[in-house]
Amino acid sequence: MAETTRSAGTAAPARTSRTRGAKASGRETGRAATPAPGADVPAGSASGSGADAETLIGYYRQMLLIRRFEERAARAYTEAKIGGYCHLNLGEEATVVGLMAALRPTDYLFTNYREHGYAIAKGITPDRVMAELYGRSTGVSKGWGGSMHMFDKEARLLGGYGIVGGQVPLATGAALAVGYKGGDDVVMCQMGDGTAAIGAFHESLNIAGLWDLPAVFVVINNGLGMGTTVENSSAEPELYKRGAAYRMESARVDGTDVVAVRDAAVLAVEKARADSRPYLLETISPRLKGHSVVDPARYRSKEERDALKAADPLARIALDLAERGILSHDARDALDAEVTAEVDAAAAFADGSPAPDVSTLFDYTYATPVPGELRRLPADPVFSS
Amino acid sequence: MATVTYRQALRDTLRAEMIRDENVFLMGEEIGLFEGSYKITEGLLKEFGPRRVRDTPIAEEGFVGAAIGAAMLGLRPVVELMTINFSLLALDQIVNHAAKIYGMFGGQTSVPVVIRTPGGGGQQLGATHSQNVELFYSFIPGLKVVAPSTPAEASAMLKAAIRDDDPVLFLENLALYNTKGELPAGVEDLEPAQIGRAAVTRPGTDITLIGYSRMARVAAEVAETLAAEGVSAEVVDLRSLRPLDRATIVESVRGTGCAVVAEDDWLTYGIGAEIAATIQEGAFDWLDAPVRRVAMAEVPLPYAKSLESAALPSAESLLTAARDTLRATGRLALETAS
Repeated sequence: MAETTRSAGTAAPARTSRTRGAKASGRETGRAATPAPGADVPAGSASGSGADAETLIGYYRQMLLIRRFEERAARAYTEAKIGGYCHLNLGEEATVVGLMAALRPTDYLFTNYREHGYAIAKGITPDRVMAELYGRSTGVSKGWGGSMHMFDKEARLLGGYGIVGGQVPLATGAALAVGYKGGDDVVMCQMGDGTAAIGAFHESLNIAGLWDLPAVFVVINNGLGMGTTVENSSAEPELYKRGAAYRMESARVDGTDVVAVRDAAVLAVEKARADSRPYLLETISPRLKGHSVVDPARYRSKEERDALKAADPLARIALDLAERGILSHDARDALDAEVTAEVDAAAAFADGSPAPDVSTLFDYTYATPVPGELRRLPADPVFSS
Repeated sequence: MATVTYRQALRDTLRAEMIRDENVFLMGEEIGLFEGSYKITEGLLKEFGPRRVRDTPIAEEGFVGAAIGAAMLGLRPVVELMTINFSLLALDQIVNHAAKIYGMFGGQTSVPVVIRTPGGGGQQLGATHSQNVELFYSFIPGLKVVAPSTPAEASAMLKAAIRDDDPVLFLENLALYNTKGELPAGVEDLEPAQIGRAAVTRPGTDITLIGYSRMARVAAEVAETLAAEGVSAEVVDLRSLRPLDRATIVESVRGTGCAVVAEDDWLTYGIGAEIAATIQEGAFDWLDAPVRRVAMAEVPLPYAKSLESAALPSAESLLTAARDTLRATGRLALETAS
């Protein structure tokens, strides 16, 4: 359920003013300048046409878990349990879950700074993700990374990165390494729409196209780079079309439809794996809230805010599952209670976990320690004895 | 003992390390078909093929980042950047990523990448191609920065850099490539150097001359001149800019009572400033004269030979600073200090 462009010179479907799919999804952002979910994306499946009931309930549960986790994170932030920046996946749950469903456990993932949901969907327990947000030693990065820098070798989450576009060259190199070693894993690289304007994005896609690397670049287009619209930051706002410049197949998909996202991602991942060719996938995935917890999103009009409520992917799948008799109201409530309890437990785990010991401050500067390395606290002399 | 050029030592060491470890591979601009802008990689594409000797587009941020990503998965990429000036295009990948990945993920993955790059003025290349910006990298915890001055050191240091689990900036200098030196053993048998250790390359009692890369060789030359005049100069070759071997510096200055630091970069906030501060903190009571610094003139390096020569630190400028310092301590009579 996606538009695709297959190679340089192949005309991609023209952008139309008609908001296709709007009737099916009942969503419009109200601002023409911002891609609406469903706009330019073929009217998709109602969620679930291509998945069995059990799979769909599994997706719903994961989406709900991420939703409740993020709501809890927002609360913990206002309670000053979480510091620094905190970028939430609220509204992007269908994208997160759909993308991760397309990966094998051995496939690698690089993300940007909006990665809590990805960490959970890639198989890291909410306990360890929440503990990282709390800056505890039990966190996924032992408290060194925080919200933006989660990493787990076993889950093959190779990091959340805070510099826009910084992860794209790294993912390209990881894809090179996979091929160098003769494996057939795929490297997925998640990024936001703002990244498509960055030099590292272009350099990396060029290298991946040139060297036939098994990388799937996924642009999560939520319509805004912080508060700047795609139209105000990109000469070509239909970002998936950039793939053509690098002889890379590309597609755009409705990011509020978990099955559509999964199907598009499966296609991308399969091509990367089978042909060792990179792929560019764009998802239209509005975020429901601001750029980060502290952003009240005043740049949005009332109409846009109202439209966003209708764009909620969690409500969409819940309604769909109810209408098709897959998940009753009671079963949904029970699932919610179960997931909420899991998130409560994660928060309790984080709260009860120890802060990293100050004696470990110098443990992670160098993997191969050397004489002469300063292990000096601010008041210590530089040279003693 | 074999006498080889600095260039040959690098090439032989790259080759030996590639034979030793299948995970070592090379990437960079013009290193394959063209055999390297400075011919360090001559013959290596023919021997190892394009999988292990990889020509890149002129896109430093992209390919340096790709090397870092490949290193995260256990490969040992050795990147050649045509000149250190171009490393500025990859600054985000080097400083924000290579240097931070081990720390910000709590030690879960290291980045064993080597970035080789020459710098240095004196070739009339103008302002943007003649910089020594090693300070930018030496400032950053998480990076290792080495700058060997002789073929033997270059070989031993390159081995160490390739086998090290951390990102290493391996600084060369255009003026060194054709210089010769002896290798104490065949390149395969050379022991890797210890990164983070300075070397006292000439013992002395009257003054300490501290340099690295080209200026370490200049310091050795000046020490020779001073010896002919009856002055015993000790030469410290830093070799490693981060981590910095403060103990060796301080110990030397405590022995001689005075020091001149010679650096091929700009003075303000430069490497010499850090050395001088270290001496102040570690050897103040032993000092008989203020620490002097010899560095580049604080200008964008000009093209015209007359201007460029005047701006660069040289044996003459170091000799002048050393004599001034020796006079201040009374170790050189006023009349002999011409």
